[in-house]
Amino acid sequence: MTLTTFWFIVIAFLWTGYFVLEGFDFGVGALLPLLSRSEADRRQVLTTIGPVWDGNEVWLITAVGAMFAAFPAWYAHMLSGFYLPLFLVIIGLIVRGVGLEWRGKVTSRRELALCDAGIVAGSVLPAFLWGAIFGHMLYGTAAAAAVGGALSLAMATLHGAVFVALRTTGPVRARARRAALLVSAGAVPLAAVALPSVPGSSALTVPDWSASPFLWASALAAMAALASGAALIWRRREGWAFAATAGAIVFTTATLFGALWPAPMPGITVTEAASAPYTLTVLTWLGVIALPGVIAYQAWTYWIFRRRVSARSE
Amino acid sequence: MDALDLARWQFGVTTVYHFLFVPLTIGLGVFVAGLQTAWYRRTRKGGDGEHLLRLTKFFGKLFLINFAMGVVTGIVQEFQFGMNWSQYSIFVGDVFGAPLAMEALLAFFLESTFLGLWIFGWERLPRRVHLACLWAAVIGSNLSAYFILAANAWMKHPVGYEVVGGRARMTDLWAVLTNSTALAQVPHVVAGAFVVAGGFVIAVSGYRILREGSGGTAGMWRTSLRGALVMTAIAGIVVAGTGDQSARMLREQQPMKLAAAEGLRHDTAGAPFSVVPGLEVPDLLSLLAAHDPQAVVQGMDDVQRRYAAAFGPADYTPNLPVVFWSFRVMIVFGMTTVGLSVLGLWLTRRRRRTTALPRWFARLCVLALPLPTVAIVAGWLLSEIGRQPWTVQGELMTAASVSPGVALTEVAATLAGFTLLYGVLAVAEGVLLMRHVKAGPEPMPVEPVPSDEARLTPTLMY
Repeated sequence: MTLTTFWFIVIAFLWTGYFVLEGFDFGVGALLPLLSRSEADRRQVLTTIGPVWDGNEVWLITAVGAMFAAFPAWYAHMLSGFYLPLFLVIIGLIVRGVGLEWRGKVTSRRELALCDAGIVAGSVLPAFLWGAIFGHMLYGTAAAAAVGGALSLAMATLHGAVFVALRTTGPVRARARRAALLVSAGAVPLAAVALPSVPGSSALTVPDWSASPFLWASALAAMAALASGAALIWRRREGWAFAATAGAIVFTTATLFGALWPAPMPGITVTEAASAPYTLTVLTWLGVIALPGVIAYQAWTYWIFRRRVSARSE
Repeated sequence: MDALDLARWQFGVTTVYHFLFVPLTIGLGVFVAGLQTAWYRRTRKGGDGEHLLRLTKFFGKLFLINFAMGVVTGIVQEFQFGMNWSQYSIFVGDVFGAPLAMEALLAFFLESTFLGLWIFGWERLPRRVHLACLWAAVIGSNLSAYFILAANAWMKHPVGYEVVGGRARMTDLWAVLTNSTALAQVPHVVAGAFVVAGGFVIAVSGYRILREGSGGTAGMWRTSLRGALVMTAIAGIVVAGTGDQSARMLREQQPMKLAAAEGLRHDTAGAPFSVVPGLEVPDLLSLLAAHDPQAVVQGMDDVQRRYAAAFGPADYTPNLPVVFWSFRVMIVFGMTTVGLSVLGLWLTRRRRRTTALPRWFARLCVLALPLPTVAIVAGWLLSEIGRQPWTVQGELMTAASVSPGVALTEVAATLAGFTLLYGVLAVAEGVLLMRHVKAGPEPMPVEPVPSDEARLTPTLMY
């Protein structure tokens, strides 16, 4: 395997980490109004992601930073090419971030509602837009952007609902389960239409048929994981359901990046876009040294906050 | 106005705005960690450290309100290179991207993950581990400053690279990370951040002392004031020393910036220092820039002539008034802050916590908030506008760096969008900070409630 291939896989891995981790953050934010009947409920819902969402977002910063370093031309063309959608993603991440951080610092009902509006809009918007951006990157059409956006929003919402069901007790947990079932009724058929079209399509910007068996396998695995996530949440196996929705996101992202290989943007191949071997070697050492540590201490954070969050009586 | 101008305005607006929050994240984080460490050590020995805990939580809250803004405005920075400056990104990515990737992997993860643990971990983690989490987070913040400043230094003084096929290629990572420009700039900017954070604590403490008089918790504010005065004074010395070093490097690496900062037209031996236009001190510039009163300092017109011969005809002069005046604003406002902190140290030299602080000085303290903030922004204007017309000194011009495919209307729309949102958020942040400063620290609970609910409830958020 060449260094370029290796770094394409690393970039795919970083985006996968981002979609899996911030996927549930987005879902939790999007579902905030539906899962809560009171201020105490809202606090309970948001406390599930409180300690971790900011660390999850760093996966995006790392993925984009690594693209800049390893594939400057890909980074430059993607970011300047998807100019306005990315502007809206950033606006979403800004209002969501300040909403989450400032929510505990404000007192009046109106200000809390403003923070909540920022959290909801700032979760729905990027969750949709990431799918739209990558859908468009694959096919170059508005229809693909719409389907990709709908799919990523649906999957993130389902992932988030399952996460809340896993991490809470009481009425919120029951509502989260119902929400998960409701969302999966839309997400599973949508995935069943959208995902097989990736390996089955000849409309890819640059089709690479040698990758096709891999694409079929990972697209089918994504659909299977999503469907079993729905079944597991029905059977109240919340831990396994969360593993399944996480798996669905992993396989969907793998399908996506498999289809983007070897030309992630029209007219730009990975080889042309890559940095020189010296830089890629330096980056490899960096990744080998730093990533295991990052994963270890983030996992430790989840372990520390593993207990279910119960409603606070105020 | 074309897309290039607007892209530059967008970079200026979003970067200056981002940097209003960053120094507080860097410096106030260390200050809060220092307070919590003092509390931990005091109470471990059975001493009374309640006032230290209250200070930790009070300034911790202000720190977090500010931290949120630093994080979200930082996202814009990373995306902006690719969105508005795609030609720059393609040219420099091989070199410039590496420190950015290092920043994310080695610094941002540390900062964000451990800050989350600190915020929610008050009742969850053993005290020692909880304190260590805050230190890990603030080390992350300070480490991020190093990486981003190393990347920035490379734009002014590119090293450890070669240009192949119209793209810079890194040949020596170590050279990039130990760039002399970076080694001078990092302590200068980080110490500047400590001056800003120190000024913030001085202002808040002064305000609380004015409000509470000598009774109540005035002794507590004296503690935070003293700590901040010491921090500001020490950091001020570092800023001055590294500033001197940076000026000497400018003479060798960026002669145009130095000439513009001084309004020096022609190569001059024994160059005078222009205090304001018309008032000059003979030989002082040569003395400062080369530590030799007779050394030659290059002038703008001569540098222009040499650059035109080397790089082809173009205007190589930066915006003169901005560079000239931002240099003076930086020095005067920065020095005033440090002077204020030294005066404060003199006034509070007696250890007794009961001695009242003169009210006139407490009023003066409030100035310690805006002064260093203006100074540090002026410093960045000097540094980055003085670099023009280059994005990478001697290699790539700003005009050749901009994204060719992005329309004027797109840049205009996003510039308007960011400016509007940032304006609203600035007001909200100001109101939030002011409200918490006015309210003062929360009273300590008389008896901790060791129930399940209490342990699940984060102390600072939600």
